[in-house]
Amino acid sequence: MLLIRCPYCEAERPELEFTYAGEAHIARPAEPSKLTDEQWRDYLFIRSNPRGIHFERWRHQHGCARFFNAVRDTVTDKFVMTYKAGLPRPSLSELENARS
Amino acid sequence: MTSYRISGRGRIDRSKPVSFTFNGASYSGFQGDTLASALLANGVHLVGRSFKYHRPRGILSAGSEEPNALVGTHRGAGRFEPNTRATVLEIFDGLAASSQNHWPSLKWDIGAVNDALYMLFSAGFYYKTFMWPKSFWNKVYEPFIRSAAGLGVSPSAPDPDTYASRFAHFDVLVVGAGPAGLAAALEAGRSGAKVILCDEQAELGGSLLSETDASIDGRPGWEWLEAATNELAALGNVTVLLRTTAIGYYHQNLLGLCQRLTDHLANPPEGAPRERMWKVRARQVVLAQGAIEKPLVFAGNDRPGVMLAGAARSYLNRYGVKVGHRPVVVTSHDSAWLAAFDLAQAGAKVGAIVDTRPEIGRHLKERAAALGIEVLAGWTVTGTSGRLRVSSVRTNPVSRSGVVGRARVIACDALLMSGGWTPSLHLFSHTKGKLDWNEERQMFLPGEQTEACRCAGAGNGNFGLAAALEEGAKAGAAAAADAGFKTEARSYAVEGEIALAGVSHRELPTDRNTSRAKAFVDFQNDVTAKDIRLAVREGFKSIEHIKRYTTTGMATDQGKTSNINGLAIASDAVGKAAPSVGLTTFRPPYTPTSFGAFTGYNRGALFDVTRKTPIDAWAEENGAVFEPVSLWRRAWYFPRNGEDMRAAVARECNAVRESLGMFDASTLGKIEIVGPDAAEFLNRMYTNPWSKLAPGRCRYGVLLGEDGFIRDDGVIGRLTSDRFHVTTTTGGAARVLAMMEDYLQTEWPDLKVWLTSTTEQWAVIALNGPNARKLLEPLIEGIDLSEEAFPHMSVAEGRICGVPTRLFRMSFTGERGYEVNVPARYGRAVWEKIYEAGQQYGITPYGTETMHVLRAEKGYIIVGQDTDGTLTPDDAGLGWAIGKNKPDFVGKRSLSRPDMLKGNRKQLVGLLTADPNTVLEEGAQIVLDPNQSVPMRMVGHVTSSYWSATLGRSIALAVIEGGRARQGETVHIPMPGRMHAANIVGTVFYDPENKCLSALG
Repeated sequence: MLLIRCPYCEAERPELEFTYAGEAHIARPAEPSKLTDEQWRDYLFIRSNPRGIHFERWRHQHGCARFFNAVRDTVTDKFVMTYKAGLPRPSLSELENARS
Repeated sequence: MTSYRISGRGRIDRSKPVSFTFNGASYSGFQGDTLASALLANGVHLVGRSFKYHRPRGILSAGSEEPNALVGTHRGAGRFEPNTRATVLEIFDGLAASSQNHWPSLKWDIGAVNDALYMLFSAGFYYKTFMWPKSFWNKVYEPFIRSAAGLGVSPSAPDPDTYASRFAHFDVLVVGAGPAGLAAALEAGRSGAKVILCDEQAELGGSLLSETDASIDGRPGWEWLEAATNELAALGNVTVLLRTTAIGYYHQNLLGLCQRLTDHLANPPEGAPRERMWKVRARQVVLAQGAIEKPLVFAGNDRPGVMLAGAARSYLNRYGVKVGHRPVVVTSHDSAWLAAFDLAQAGAKVGAIVDTRPEIGRHLKERAAALGIEVLAGWTVTGTSGRLRVSSVRTNPVSRSGVVGRARVIACDALLMSGGWTPSLHLFSHTKGKLDWNEERQMFLPGEQTEACRCAGAGNGNFGLAAALEEGAKAGAAAAADAGFKTEARSYAVEGEIALAGVSHRELPTDRNTSRAKAFVDFQNDVTAKDIRLAVREGFKSIEHIKRYTTTGMATDQGKTSNINGLAIASDAVGKAAPSVGLTTFRPPYTPTSFGAFTGYNRGALFDVTRKTPIDAWAEENGAVFEPVSLWRRAWYFPRNGEDMRAAVARECNAVRESLGMFDASTLGKIEIVGPDAAEFLNRMYTNPWSKLAPGRCRYGVLLGEDGFIRDDGVIGRLTSDRFHVTTTTGGAARVLAMMEDYLQTEWPDLKVWLTSTTEQWAVIALNGPNARKLLEPLIEGIDLSEEAFPHMSVAEGRICGVPTRLFRMSFTGERGYEVNVPARYGRAVWEKIYEAGQQYGITPYGTETMHVLRAEKGYIIVGQDTDGTLTPDDAGLGWAIGKNKPDFVGKRSLSRPDMLKGNRKQLVGLLTADPNTVLEEGAQIVLDPNQSVPMRMVGHVTSSYWSATLGRSIALAVIEGGRARQGETVHIPMPGRMHAANIVGTVFYDPENKCLSALG
């Protein structure tokens, strides 16, 4: 069971309190009706599924109930960092800092 | 006392004799004995039959790695446990144990015929033998395999014991209380860190319990152990858990510790839990798991009486049991010589020490000579004899060029073997820590780690007491320091220890035909060296494939004694170094663990939450039959005077249609949506338009996923311009709220909207029937119930029976309907008042079954029953609920994807069976041509099906490809033994003009 740091509660809590919510930084298009079928398909279904660093959403369901973003290594299953929803994707140097 | 029990040796309590039975015969031992040591003290070596060949088997080891000595234990009704290792089972007065895997008896077992049919059961025999003919699989092979496979017999009665569980947090967790673990725990404990030390055995000490020669800091080892034990007990910051196995090592230093609490007691305290699962999160972990001795691989190495030399030493020094009067030792490692020396000193006549190494240390040879033990250096073992116990060993000299010379047979009653030691890396491996192969020492050692842990002692490849103490102390001090506690490791002076060296072997050299040799690698799964070589010849090159093909290492012991021998033989056969052949993955649990320990408190009533409404107790008192609906239990129907379900439901349906019914709808999901942007938020979430819905009015809303499929539905009432009362399906409430929160928090954080779950704050009483308004009028204050002021789909706040209410006018039955929401604490009181007031109308409480029938008669769908996550609003006949002029809502764009516009999509329709008395099965498949050949083309399935008392016939809803255009056509529903015909009709069976929604009684 992982320990996850909620960026709103600013505390590490057991995975039991959280739910996973899919890949992060996939914004809902502002005007879906203007998208082609292919563009809309990509938004709905196409995900990066990387080996290594993955940007993903979690929710502190049984805590503050907030959605937030996390960076997790899919090989080691270790969290590199977590950050609040709406913040931009962390840069490589920020990730390096978080790892060290 | 038997002739095998040695006075003056061992740690057993001779003042406390214990009597027990094995296979019905009575034996006695002492407190502190395991079943294995007590049986050996009685001269019993034969304890079971092997898995595949039913060969007689004895006790191989003295610890939890035991592959052979598995027994069934009986502790009274329901308390039967199979496959308990006799080597860890502590005896107590009244213990009844029995051997396994034989018929009719342990000494004469018919299954042993498999041993003679050896060729049939070679590697991969399942795949080869049972291939042909195909028709034999179901009737002949599978039943045979099922009855022959498996070790012990599963218990059949429910487990009467209770199991506990506990979360705990520590600075330092030390696994293993041998010398290394003790030294680590002492250092960490002295530093002030919060320490937990666990060991699977009944007392602290580990290998020290079997060691009688060495001294520590000038004191005999056992004296030092006693002092260490006392010091740990006196440290308030150290928790010591005995009989506690660290079964698994998970992410971020979470370990599962299974503590056995009562299995060793003759009379467990009433109500005491049998086991307790600790889930320990530790800042730092020290793994001091020790090492496991390797068997040697030679023909007949599995005969009862053949055991690991270290085990024989444990039985002698720890339990005071001589495993034989005339033992012979065969070894490639110095440690086995110590067993020979100790046994000789205890009076055994050691026949010989057969060592595969031509060169032996002088100190060993001198001591053997002093004890009068013959030494055969540079010899091999090529066979054993004896039917139910070893009676002799066949041994041959091996020349420097590898030629095996003439055999010599030596009589013996025990054969003690050692092929060296394997560091126990199971827990380290659970963390995906890297294992590095040491070619020279032929062993894996801990490599790069992934967690905050340290390995120490034999478990880190550093054998011997001095090394264990030194490395343990350092690891304990370093762990404490990393956890924030200052300390410095102290050193220990160890004397009397012999330096231990050895070499590793594959199969021992032999002068016999190896294709006929039964040299066992995996004792529990009956895998021989020949099987592994055969697998390689047949093309298996990876250890993972060889393992699965031969089943080596796949038994309940996870190959603790066999993995490295198997790997050495496989890598030799493949012709590659061991690391490129690979090591199989260790997985939790470390040793077999009861399901009860994992389950803990989560069984029976505590298995899952049962949610009950405020009216639930009334329903129970009034004879309701309940059904589970998600986590809720709901009244299903209210039988009267011995009615069956069909009669009760028919009566309840008629009451609603003709006069008045009352229904507990409290489980309905409820979300209060508040804020200046509440209507805009609903516009974006639901398919329907909400801006123009006037306060005091309600609308049926449909919620889609972004993929365009129906997720939920419910009636939404607008109380004021900025406040909506949203209802959801009973099972969907939490999901819908989570979905709304997701959009609100992450897509539209600019909207000023607040979402609150109010499901449990309101009790809801649904009143349906032509007399509903007449009943309510005298009970309601502050709401005008007239048709003009409060038409169908209205909501208003007022009072009922003197308490506040949010009153809805809506209907899920097709009759005039009201839903009385009152604060939950008034639910039962208001229900009872209404029930009393309704007697004049014959008010009838009804359950979920009647609710289902009435709504189906009206063609109202239930999301999750009539829809399955692949239906769009149009598929479900709800196209009217889509706001045509809305630019966007969740899922809108998907509704115009090409697949959503195809003409043959499955659509919801009604079905009327040709035989009106036939009630179809929900989920039944539908075909167009009943005469087509199997497999038939299925065009849809039945989603809802009931007996309709109102219509006097059966009705059904179904989804059928292009169904709406097929109205009037006949379809067919194949069921076992019968083909039912049905006519496709509209989905509304009752009152299509909706006259009843406003009818008055």
